[in-house]
Parts: sequence; C-alpha cells; structure tokens
Amino acid sequence: MADRIDEPWGRRTPFGPRDGPWPIRVDEQLAEGLTEEDVDRWVQAVSVLHSNGDGLDIAVRDGRIVGVRGRADDRINHGRLGPKDLYGWQANASPDRLTTPLIREGGELVETDWETAMGRIVERSRQLLASPGGWGKIGFHTSGQLFLEEYYTLAVLGKAGIGTPHMDGNTRLCTATAAAALKASFGTDGQPGSYTDVDHCDAIALWGHNVAESQDVLWSRMLDRRRGTDPPAMLAVDPRLTAVAEEADVHLAVRPGTNLALMNALIRELIVRGWCDEAYVARHTAGFEELERVTAGYPVSRAAEICDVPAARIEQAAELVGTAERLLSTVLQGFYQSNQATAAACQVNNVHLLRGMIGRPGAGVLQMNGQPSAQNTRETGADGDLPGFRNWANPDHVRELAELWNVDPLTIPHWSPPTHAMQVFRYAELGSVELLWITATNPAVSLPDLPRIRRILSRPDLFVVVQDLFLTETGMLADVVLPAAAWGEKQGTLTNSDRTVHLSDKAVEPPGLARSDLDIFLDYARRMDFRDRDGDPLIGWTDPESAFRAWQACSAGRPCDYTHLGYDRLRGSAGIQWPCTAQAPGGTERLYRDGRFPTDPDHCQTYGYHLASGAEYDGAHYRARHPDGCAFLHAVHYQPAPETPDSDYPMQLITGRTLYHFHTRTKTARAPRLQHAAPDVWVEVNPEDAADLHLKEGDLLRVESRRGVIHAPARIRPIRQGTIFLPFHYGYWDFGAAGPEADNARAANELTMTVWDPVSKQPLYKIAAVRVEPEEP
Amino acid sequence: MHLAHYLGLLYHAECALERAYLEVAHAHCAEPDVHYLCYTFAGQCSAHARRLGPLAARYGEQAPVECERLHSNLFSGSRTGGLALLRDLHDLYLMAAECDISWTLVGQAAQGARDQELLTVVRESEGESAIQLLWLRNRLRQAAPQTLVVAS
Repeated sequence: MADRIDEPWGRRTPFGPRDGPWPIRVDEQLAEGLTEEDVDRWVQAVSVLHSNGDGLDIAVRDGRIVGVRGRADDRINHGRLGPKDLYGWQANASPDRLTTPLIREGGELVETDWETAMGRIVERSRQLLASPGGWGKIGFHTSGQLFLEEYYTLAVLGKAGIGTPHMDGNTRLCTATAAAALKASFGTDGQPGSYTDVDHCDAIALWGHNVAESQDVLWSRMLDRRRGTDPPAMLAVDPRLTAVAEEADVHLAVRPGTNLALMNALIRELIVRGWCDEAYVARHTAGFEELERVTAGYPVSRAAEICDVPAARIEQAAELVGTAERLLSTVLQGFYQSNQATAAACQVNNVHLLRGMIGRPGAGVLQMNGQPSAQNTRETGADGDLPGFRNWANPDHVRELAELWNVDPLTIPHWSPPTHAMQVFRYAELGSVELLWITATNPAVSLPDLPRIRRILSRPDLFVVVQDLFLTETGMLADVVLPAAAWGEKQGTLTNSDRTVHLSDKAVEPPGLARSDLDIFLDYARRMDFRDRDGDPLIGWTDPESAFRAWQACSAGRPCDYTHLGYDRLRGSAGIQWPCTAQAPGGTERLYRDGRFPTDPDHCQTYGYHLASGAEYDGAHYRARHPDGCAFLHAVHYQPAPETPDSDYPMQLITGRTLYHFHTRTKTARAPRLQHAAPDVWVEVNPEDAADLHLKEGDLLRVESRRGVIHAPARIRPIRQGTIFLPFHYGYWDFGAAGPEADNARAANELTMTVWDPVSKQPLYKIAAVRVEPEEP
Repeated sequence: MHLAHYLGLLYHAECALERAYLEVAHAHCAEPDVHYLCYTFAGQCSAHARRLGPLAARYGEQAPVECERLHSNLFSGSRTGGLALLRDLHDLYLMAAECDISWTLVGQAAQGARDQELLTVVRESEGESAIQLLWLRNRLRQAAPQTLVVAS
C-alpha cells in the first residue's frame, strides 16, 4: 500500500456514471509487524476524526487496539480510509491518557476518585440550583465528537432536569450555519443530498469547502469521478489554491468576507440568462420576486470588484452551475465561518431551488459538517435546540417533549432561542453562569480571541468541569477533570453529513478509571436525583442501547425519524440514512424528491429569520405567509465584514485545517505518523507579499491583530495576495501550558475576533485584519 | 395640513435614534451582536432622516405653528451595571417603536396627500424600522430571564 502520509488520497479507482457503484478499495493499517492472522477479532466501528462517517473495523489483539480496516460494503467509503483514520487509533493507547479524575486542591490539579470528583460537581450544582434562577447559573459546552446516546442524555438532563437553555456544542463553531441555512430554506434541518450524488452528477461546486483535507475519502470519490468516463465539471470557491482549487475547472479566489456578493451575482446570472426551472420555482418555492429584485443589484462587474476576481471567471462559474444537468453542491467553513455566513449558505440552496436540482440522483446539496457526530448534536438538542428538530417557539412541540419526559412544560427552556456558545461564555464572563461543564472539546484553543477565553475560564467564581481523554489546555484551567473513554472503548451511534447512521461498537476497555461519557452523564443524573412528575427517575435508561431506544421515541414523527433503526439492524449494515420508518425501512437516500418541503407551520423547526439582522419572526407572521410545502428563496444584500483591512492591519487572516490533524490535535498529535506529518504551525503567504516583506521559505514571522500576536514560520504558497492562512489546530498542551509563555504563541485564535453570524451565531473566524512582519533575527 | 409636524417628528425621532444606537454600540462593545448591529441600525436611521429631509422642508413651507410636546426624549445616555444592557435596549425599543408607528402614520398621510414621492420613501424605510423593532424585542426577550432572575 502506498504511504498514505505522502499519498493521502491513495490509489485512483476511476469510475463513470454508467459504471455502477464506486469501486471497492479496502485500506488497512495494522501495528508494525502484525498481519491479519495476528488479529483476535474485528469490531465494527466508524471513523471519528472528521464528518465523513467512513465504516471501519477495529482490529483487537490481547485486549488492545492494533489497527483498522475499511469496511468494503459500507455505503460511505467502500473500504477506503483516510490518513487520520489509518493512524489516529494509536492515540487511544497514548501513555498520557487521563486515567483518574482530577480535582483542584490548593491551586493544583490532583488525582482523586470518582466519588470525590462527582461529589464536588453535584455539591456545586445543588448549591446553584437552590438559589433563585439556579437553572441559569449552569451551562454546558459540548462537542461534535460524542455519540448520539450521550448527547440525548445530556440534552434531557439539561432541559428537563436542570432546565437550562445554556447548552451548546462546539458544533456552533463548525456546523451551526449548515443547520441554520437548512432551516431557513427548507423549514427544518436535514441534509437534502447524499454522497452517492457524487456518482451521478455532471458538475460539482465546492463552496468554501476544502474537501481534500476535511473529508478526504469523499474527495477520493470525487477524484475517481474526475478520472473516469464523463467526468463532472468542477467549481471551487476558496481564497487558497488548495488541492481542490487546483483540480477545479473554475477557481474563484474571492476576497475573504465577500461570498454573498459573489452568490448574488451568480443568482442574477441564473435568472438573467434563463437558467432557471420556472415550473419548479413556481410550484415549489416562495420569494422569487424579492430574490430577483435584490440580486438585480449585483451584475457580474460589481461582484468582480467586491470579490476581486475576474468578471470572466464569474461568468464561467455561472455557466458551469447554470448549464449543469445534475449539479452537486457542497458547502463548508469558507462560507460558514465567514461574513454573512447563513445568507451565503442560503444562496447555495437558492441555486438548487432555482434550477430544480434537489432530491434526484446527482442533483443535490450537501451543507457539510466538520465533526463526526455534529449531526447528532443538532438532532438531539445538545446544541441547545429542542430535540428532534422541534421548534422552541411552537407550544405544541414543547408540550410533546414535556409529555415524553413527563415533566412540567415550564421546566423546558423555551422562552427564547437557546443560548449559543459565545453567549454562554459571555454570561460566564459577566458572572451569571457559575458552572460550565465542557465535554470533548477544547475552547481554550478553539474559540476566538483566546486571551479573553483564558481569562473567562480562569475566573475564580467560575466552576469549570472538563471531561476529556487527555489533559487539554482547557483541562489545565478546570476545577474538576473527568477521564472519558474514547472511541473504541465505548458503544454508540453516529450520524454523518449525509444522514447515514452507523453503530460504533466497543472493542476494548478504557484505561484506568476512565468511563464513557454516557456513564458519566447517567451517574450525574442519578446523583442529582432528577425526577419526573410522578416521582420516577427522569432518565430511565441505563446503557447505550436503551438510550438509543429512548431517542427513537423522541424522534418519532419528526424529520430525523429513527423509529425503524436499531442496534440489531445497524450491526453489520452498510450504514442507514434517516428517516428510517415503517414506510421507509431501508432508510431514505434523498430528501425532498417530490419538491415538498417541511415548512408547514405545525411541523417546521423555525418560524424564520430576517437573515441580515438575525431577527426571528413569530408564528403569526409565519402562518400568514402560507408556506404550504414550498421552500423559501432568501435574498440579502452584501455588507462588508465587521473587520476589514486598514493601514494598521493591512492583511486578512483566514484559518483552517490540515489533513493530518483534527480539532486541537488532542488525539492526532498523539499519533506519531500524523504528528510527524504536521508537527508545528505555519503561516501561508502569497509570493508577492513574501517578496514585499523580503521573506524566504521558513522565515519566522510575527502576525499581529487587535486581539493578540503569534509567531510562525512562513510557507510561500499561491494564496490570494493580501490574505494569509493559519491552521487552527495548534495550542500549548505539548508545552505543558494552557496558554502561551514568552514568545511561543502559536494558536491562530489568539488573533481572531469575537463576532458571529447574526442567524447561525457561528463565530466569523475568517475575517480578522492582521499585520505581518519578519521576526528580528 | 399637519403632515409637516409628523415629518418633523419622525425626522427628529430618527436622528435621536441614530445617536442612541451609536452610543449604545459604543457602550456595549463587549456584546458583539449589539455592537455591530447597532452601528448598522444607526446607518439605517441616518438614511431614513436623509430621505425625509427634503420632504420635511417641502411640507414645512405650508405648515402652521407646531403643537407642543411633539418631540419626546426617551434616551439620556447609556447606563452601567447589571441592568445596563437590558435598560439601554429597552430605551432603544421604545424609540424604535416611535419611529415605527410614525412611519405608519406618515404612510397613511402620504396616501391621503396622494404623494407618490413620500410613499416611496415610506416604503423604503418602514420595513427597516419594523426589523429593528423585531430584533430589539428578540434580544430583550433573550436577555431578560438571565438579567432579571439569574444574575445577582
């Protein structure tokens, strides 16, 4: 097998739209010196270091994980695995795993037992809950990396036990805009398309989506189509010349923060040049006149000026999407973490609505996720929403949940939208949130404006609980640290970006005293003695499978209906897409095949937003629009980003991923091959900017914004002029510290700003103004 | 014909609201959503006043003496302390409500006056005032439980 660090996408297996399914290519990695004959057993699981959902089997020998192998029959990967999956499992056995709970004593974190650690959390929780408005003093910051059963348990104990609206995931940083755009356009969350659309499409448009590094197996599928017969045309929108942009037929290296101006011009071209499916628009959409009126102000020449790309290239892009017969769009952080995120993502939905290209093979939208179970965070309500894509503003939806959980509807926080992550931290900063429980994520590296985040987490009046595999930067600032079991050490389900549900079984025991996140939440609920209206335990389930059954009941009748799924059906399966019901027992490959959208007022997840300001409409306003199963065509004018370059900070910073790391490197830096592939931070600089600064490759740079400063060596690459790129993975735990000391600052988020999209509340990581100078030798 | 008074009232209300938005944006820069949106809203108020200017002047030529207490003054500077954000947004809400209802009344009058130019200005502006009001209401609803019940 090729070295998959050097050849991350592996060998090509070209195929065309008439060649049948994507060919199988089974990737495998076993510990040095072992062969398949040495493996005691293979345990079914799924990838967890990205959102793709690649089916794999974990190799076990003598009670230890010794490798992985892609599952040949899995609908997502047909046997393939990316570098992070091939090597990332090694982190499970890293010697610095947390194996006992820790508590802060005299300023230091010291080892303790579960009784003491949980006792402290429960004591603090009870103290807070006993005071007026106690529910509002407790907040949760969870993840896109746990399992469905864990999120649902957390959501129930938070909403029906404590009754707090202050619960969100780091999904706010990665996938909140996907959810918001889907809700705004189609009425509820839920991915319209399927990865199999790659097999059938004749054009792929990647909107701010560096799929080659974020979902590398999906990129392999696209590359295999590009090398086969009748390859699809390809459009990439990205300020960097990524592998995707290099492959694309048309690449638009737009000025950061200007996506919406580009999209408005493309929509205008579709309308003016007659590339719309008028019958579809008339029958299945609402809002065309407004869309036409707003986008009329964006002729290609204007967008070319705002976005700083050639007008002819925008016209080529319009022709590519306008003349495709089966267009597949994928969207990710280049849109979600940038200016006017939700409005721009909705415009991608609009392209498909105008062209009638939703719900048939090859014609689909994938509003992508970044993390393996971000979809579950959204479904179960661990992102603050009500579980099952229910509408917090719809009293009937709240009543349904109150009946399901047998609690007073007033307990369930539904008086305003859930508190988004950045606002939870703001309440902690102001002192009204006094207990913050952080699970499987690392805000001390991942949130914007890190000097501020470290100040908040260090507040003496904030009780911080961190639940993780390793002592992260955030863990170092905690009052209690709980050791969690990792993937492969616990059981549960995960749903990927195209609604495919996989079961991930337990292969080995967790190290030391580490416990699954589910067991920790169940233990907390038991100790807190949360009860329903009849005095019975609020949470009646005891293990992953019973938690899954509880979730199935909660999902019944909602768009994400899991009722016909079950562990028995998932085990051995190729992955099954929800909704999975008695009417669709095999799952549902594509949503909205009939052009009917879940916008009915009694069914929808939101009554809609004014996209430019984020103002939310009420039910009466929504009902008056009579959506009647139509999707909404939204239209918003372009506005410059909250921060733009000036003479003090003349350049623009965008941040993003590298293929070899995930999140804040908590696991990937502990997998030697991955760590070796990308050991330290760098800053990408355009060749002309490098010449102006008299730089050569590897020179150390000082990058400064209004928030902070970092130091990183230069990589001279064809990124657009005036823009620099920093990978966001690198923090300080491997220096033994929660933050920078002396001049070792390297986290990209030292520089980013506290500002978010008005609708999705996703932080805008890709708009900071910076200045760049060579370090004095 | 008393329309001039209402155009003057609305003009002054938009100018006062613009100043209040700017002050609140500045005072609450640690609340990024409030900070940036108040700047945006201030810009809208400024544009509303600019559009009204020539019309107020035109009607002003035919206006009788202005009746008393037509101009109210709701905002007297942003506050500090735990209630500051809620109280400041509350003031903005009341001021935006004054603009909102004034646009409605001016719109009605424009129809009575058969004044297409004024109607166009009303149609360009009243929607923005309504959205400001809606956003402020949302943000107040979000802040109220935490401010009034939870925070000590």
